[in-house]
Amino acid sequence: MISFFKSGATPPMPRWAELVLMPLVNLAIAFALAGGVVALVGQAPGLVLETLLQGAFGSLRGVSYTLYYTTSFIFTGLAVALASHGGLFNIGAEGQASIGGLGIGLLALWLSNSLPWYLMWPLLLIAGMGFGALWAAVPGYLQAWRGSHVVITTIMFNFMASALLSYLLVHQLKVNDGMAVESAPFGASAHLSGIHQVLASLGVEWPSSPLNLSFVLALGAAVAVYLLLWRSRAGFRLRAFGSSASAAEYAGINPRHQTLLAMACSGALAGMVGMNEIAGVNDKLLLDFVGGAGFTGIAVAVIGRNHPFGIVMASLLFGALFQGGAEVAFEVQGFTRDMVVMLQGLIVLVSGAMSHVVAGPVARLVHACSRREASFTEKETQHG
Amino acid sequence: MTEQVEVKPLAVRMHNIHKRFGTVQANDAVSLSVRAATVHALVGENGAGKSTLMSVLYGFYQADEGEIEIEGRPVRIPDAHAAIALGLGMVHQHFMLVDRLSALDNILLGAEQGFFLRRAQAMARERLLALMQSSGLVVDLDARVGDLSVGDRQRLEILKALYRGARILILDEPTAVLTPAETEQLFAVLAKLREQGCTVILITHKLKEVMRLCDQVTVMRAGRVVHECAIAETTVEQLAEAMVGRKVSLGRSEPAEEVAGEIRLVAEGLRFTDAMGCVRLKEVSLSLRAGEIVGVAGVAGNGQSELLAVLSGLASPQAGRLQLGAQTFGVMPGERWLDPRIARQLGLAHVPEDRHARAMVMDFPAWESAVLGYEALPAYSHKGWMRRAAMMAATAAMMSRFDVRPPLPQLGSSKFSGGNQQKLVLAREIGQNPVLLLVGQPTRGVDIGAIEFIHARLRELRDAGCSVLVVSSELDEILALADRVLVMNAGRITGELPIEACDEKTLGMLMSETDVAQVAEEVEA
Repeated sequence: MISFFKSGATPPMPRWAELVLMPLVNLAIAFALAGGVVALVGQAPGLVLETLLQGAFGSLRGVSYTLYYTTSFIFTGLAVALASHGGLFNIGAEGQASIGGLGIGLLALWLSNSLPWYLMWPLLLIAGMGFGALWAAVPGYLQAWRGSHVVITTIMFNFMASALLSYLLVHQLKVNDGMAVESAPFGASAHLSGIHQVLASLGVEWPSSPLNLSFVLALGAAVAVYLLLWRSRAGFRLRAFGSSASAAEYAGINPRHQTLLAMACSGALAGMVGMNEIAGVNDKLLLDFVGGAGFTGIAVAVIGRNHPFGIVMASLLFGALFQGGAEVAFEVQGFTRDMVVMLQGLIVLVSGAMSHVVAGPVARLVHACSRREASFTEKETQHG
Repeated sequence: MTEQVEVKPLAVRMHNIHKRFGTVQANDAVSLSVRAATVHALVGENGAGKSTLMSVLYGFYQADEGEIEIEGRPVRIPDAHAAIALGLGMVHQHFMLVDRLSALDNILLGAEQGFFLRRAQAMARERLLALMQSSGLVVDLDARVGDLSVGDRQRLEILKALYRGARILILDEPTAVLTPAETEQLFAVLAKLREQGCTVILITHKLKEVMRLCDQVTVMRAGRVVHECAIAETTVEQLAEAMVGRKVSLGRSEPAEEVAGEIRLVAEGLRFTDAMGCVRLKEVSLSLRAGEIVGVAGVAGNGQSELLAVLSGLASPQAGRLQLGAQTFGVMPGERWLDPRIARQLGLAHVPEDRHARAMVMDFPAWESAVLGYEALPAYSHKGWMRRAAMMAATAAMMSRFDVRPPLPQLGSSKFSGGNQQKLVLAREIGQNPVLLLVGQPTRGVDIGAIEFIHARLRELRDAGCSVLVVSSELDEILALADRVLVMNAGRITGELPIEACDEKTLGMLMSETDVAQVAEEVEA
């Protein structure tokens, strides 16, 4: 009987506890575990944590770097989450981001010397999104019409993207006299302004950093994804399809179109990484500019529970770990970046894979506390 | 007879059982005494707490408070293993069998003795043959479970429990999936087991069966025992009233007053082969008229589900023609023959059999599930944006009109009970004033009170001129609702009768006729 499965022994958790308390508890557990490992290898966990936080948030420069890393993670996290709402596991954000960057690079090489920035920026965005979308649409098409699973094809497409980028850079786009495998630099109009430049023009002093306008674009993308998924008809259908393909079929929603749409939108989001890395920072096309952000996006989406707000928060967390970790590796003797990778791994493990392990005890605790304050009205409890 | 019952010792005594889940008191001071070598019925609506009580007895849950005695000894039952060791056996509504293994291996699974499988098999076979002889539960031990009929699988489950030494059998809705003939057979077996000293606890909502087989009955409602008596001292009406807490009438209503109106749907020569290559529909033709309820009777799995799927556009047949109002649809190779969206636009509404997989998106809140399929209506979305406030208001209206409880549009679709989910789906589908309504298993997993309500709504719809097709595996339901009955068997329509010519016996024969012929064929081959 169904009631067997419906009624677990765990009391239901209020929404605020699930959305705010649980991630914090999980995060604390991950940090505690990591602290244990740090102590085991003979380092002081307190010092490491302090240096990490100091590096990530202790100075305007640190914050800027943190937000710069955050930007790429938001794009790829949103990409993975959007596909996931359509019931698809897009492991190809890495490749889609590379190809999006390639599109941005090619357009910049072609037009950056002849167009002004206010035409160039939108065109760059369209190129990045378009290339990313097309690259992701192919696996989408293969799944929808030919039955090849996107998990397999997107992995393969990551390798193909990497190979394509290498080939183009080494054989077609490389500048002859340089040692590095990179294209010629773009014209100035293809450079997305840094935040410090924008703030300087407004009269605010801000240290120079790679943080650029893409960060604003990323926040905009998060809002757009929210509106698409939860406010638009297309999003309604996409979520219906992703949650229950059979119910969607019953509702007359075409599964092939949804698969293609979800992958294309996902790829477009991933393609925007190029705005941050290529147009915002490097001003030329080069190898490996995505740097694993596509894969980190999977972790970000998992920890952010596939919700744009959660993804922005999770991206901030990973951005801080990235920046703070670099600082720790630099400052603390005998502490390598691998330790930071371990911390990331523990966070993914605890907050993602094992996020419900402590849900039961926490729920009972919350339940016990809220029962004690039974005189409170429901509303006040929610705020508390 | 009554005196004899009094003499028998208690097989199970549960005393003052309390069990709560969060804020829900699933069992509230429940006491149950089952005498040895009797068949004891445990009846109640969904959510009355009877499954929880049995789960406590079988060790799935621990009671918050209360005692259990088995055969006079106080016991603690921490898990199912302990329950089995105490001589309890449970046959679940959804069978716990591995399709790919043989019947023998399924019985052996988890009870293999010793390291060598072959010896264990030989030993088990010997014991099972003796068991089959004494109990009358005959199953082909070497057949793959996937090839067995539902009745066979159920016998296998009972055999499995007996093999593990069960003296007290708990059967959860055992007849829900059986034909009338198979039900007879099962009851004969249970009667025989009772004679041999076996105690049977029967969880059910079919009161007629309770009256026929059981000795004693306990009625639960809202977590409490509300009625307890010997079968000889009660009636179906009394039990139904105790279950629901008020008088219910589930009898036949007046048939449609006027002669059925214009033809709304014609299907001709439908042939459908499923993905496994199994022919599910063979030359099925039917027509539906305005203002009538057509019932499709048949044992589950004889093509009724496929018929619904094909008529609603969820599946495309390999041959056939469909006329919906003025439009005609034919088979298009490699393409859907009828887009469910277009079917809806033509006024064809569909309440699918599978509520969980089809009718609602379980992850959605109710207000999103309540517009599923109709999300493009101007009332619900405008220029591509969903109108949340309008959707929520519409859902609230549906909920009040169809008495959906709790009436909370924000609550998750999966949080409603089966009956309330069904009422919401029905509200959605009826809400757009369809000219045709296809309903699969309108009251599966639905409480008696809600059944009455759903039947009334379907009749209202018919009286308003809608053409309704009801597929149900419950004969009582077909008899209560339909104006005309189609009987399906092995993918064909084997009979078409006006309701006046229908009774359980005639339909039962039409439902199982070819079954016998098929079995005979198989035996010869």
